[in-house]
Amino acid sequence: MKKYVKVLSLVLAALLVFACLAACSNGGSTTPANTGETKPADSGSTAEPETAQPENSGGAAEAETTKPADAGFTTANAGKLTMATNAAFPPYEYIEGNKIVGIDAEICAAIAEKLGLEPQIDDMEFDSIIMAVKGGKADIGLAGMTVTPERQEEVNFTDSYATGVQVIIVTEDSAITSADDLFAEGANYTIGVQRNTTGDLYTTWDLEDEGLATIDRYSKGADAVQALKTGKVDCVVIDNEPAKNFVAEVEGLKILDTEYVEEQYAGAMSKDNEALYNAVNDALKELIADGTVQAIIEKYIPAK
Amino acid sequence: MGRLSPLELWPEVAPEWILNLPQWLEDIFYKFYKCIIFDDRYTLYFTGLRNTLILTFLALLLGIALGVVVALIRVTWDKNGAEMRGVPKVVVGFLNSVSKLYLTVIRGTPVVVQLLILYFVIFAASRNKILVGALSFGINSGAYVAEIIRSGIMSIDSGQMEAGRSLGFGYVATMRHIILPQAFKNVLPTLANEFIVLLKETAVAGYVSLQDVTYAGNIIGGNAYDYLFPLLIAAAIYLILVLFFTFLVGKLERRLRNSER
Repeated sequence: MKKYVKVLSLVLAALLVFACLAACSNGGSTTPANTGETKPADSGSTAEPETAQPENSGGAAEAETTKPADAGFTTANAGKLTMATNAAFPPYEYIEGNKIVGIDAEICAAIAEKLGLEPQIDDMEFDSIIMAVKGGKADIGLAGMTVTPERQEEVNFTDSYATGVQVIIVTEDSAITSADDLFAEGANYTIGVQRNTTGDLYTTWDLEDEGLATIDRYSKGADAVQALKTGKVDCVVIDNEPAKNFVAEVEGLKILDTEYVEEQYAGAMSKDNEALYNAVNDALKELIADGTVQAIIEKYIPAK
Repeated sequence: MGRLSPLELWPEVAPEWILNLPQWLEDIFYKFYKCIIFDDRYTLYFTGLRNTLILTFLALLLGIALGVVVALIRVTWDKNGAEMRGVPKVVVGFLNSVSKLYLTVIRGTPVVVQLLILYFVIFAASRNKILVGALSFGINSGAYVAEIIRSGIMSIDSGQMEAGRSLGFGYVATMRHIILPQAFKNVLPTLANEFIVLLKETAVAGYVSLQDVTYAGNIIGGNAYDYLFPLLIAAAIYLILVLFFTFLVGKLERRLRNSER
């Protein structure tokens, strides 16, 4: 027995040393000092919805003068703008044939073109995207990602280029007829979500923590929908645009609206690469101002 | 959102002396707080540990049961098949073919694929993830256990069987009282190895959103945007489980060896 205590303490000691090393190597400090700079961006993006975008043209014009942006920033892969995404989120990004296409993919290509870079897409799990951006493995995370305060502590968000809202998908004969049913006293539905998306976060905070539901977290939205189809979960909470796609593709499902706030989608970028952040964000501002982004969105989401 | 982030809470919850530490040391404490204490995240590890243990235990039982049965069928056919006649020959021969098919398919395909097939196709309507998971890992483990036990039985000299039979034991009784106990002792280290592999293999259960230890580490890492502590803790939990298990098997092995003197 003594031997095992010895072994255990050795193991724990090794872990501690490892932890220290890893923490040292991680240059960017995460503690309070840098909250200040992220806050204004937050209030800005929530206070002024879509209508604010044309006003940005002033900033865009200014950016135009400094345009030949070939110098001054470095990217994860030389000459390339690497985008991290989870290509299971139609119409923002999905796989067609063997290519990743969608709104985010085209926006990335447009930004890359402006910066004189070649676009490159890395497909990964949704919850790995922020880590990839933080660690410098990718330049920008574009994945229909909502700006949230917790994420802002980890990465810089670009200007918002689209909005979304969480909705509920149920089967057509479901007992759930509105969002209120999920919040009703004594409710205990099983809810499918995509891991680490805002649908996951909201339902976890509002329902699971209150003991009102069980959350099944899948790595892809489509898996959650599959689980709904076969009756493993009672409903799926996910962003409205992918939801429309899933419902269109899978028979016997319908969408219920929720009262969750409108979410701002933005690109996630490293806090340690200010130069690239400025270049990309300026390019994005221009693309928003001249209507390119709007055109791309309308191409995938036809106006009602 | 009326919810405070860990960064906003940190100055309130952290003791004075931690805040006075150098930045990099404070960062470690902050990460620790974010990944374990904030939002009661540590409870996820406990859920994960419980699920991993239940899953492994059920899979272990199923694996051993399946393994022993399949091994006995294969051995009986290989050693006695040629002398069998009539109905027994047909029955054992058929069972032997089924066993061979089982071994080929299960050992020839990855456990993740088997799990996904079982969860999303065969038991599509089942909500009991742990049971489906245990079934999947048990069926998988059974194939390996079968071959391990078969190797143990084959390693026993055929004189043992002859001796048993000549003393008036039946085939089944000889197997049970003479062959299997010796075989079991021989294969124990390999069997223990298989169980350790099984325990670690359950880490892929997260594919079907089963909340095991790995899944807990993944979820917390994703929510906290920091994988350092979540993954280290997950690794440490597995390591401790394996150490404990190795300790138990070592004890059993020593006990079995006592009979040698």
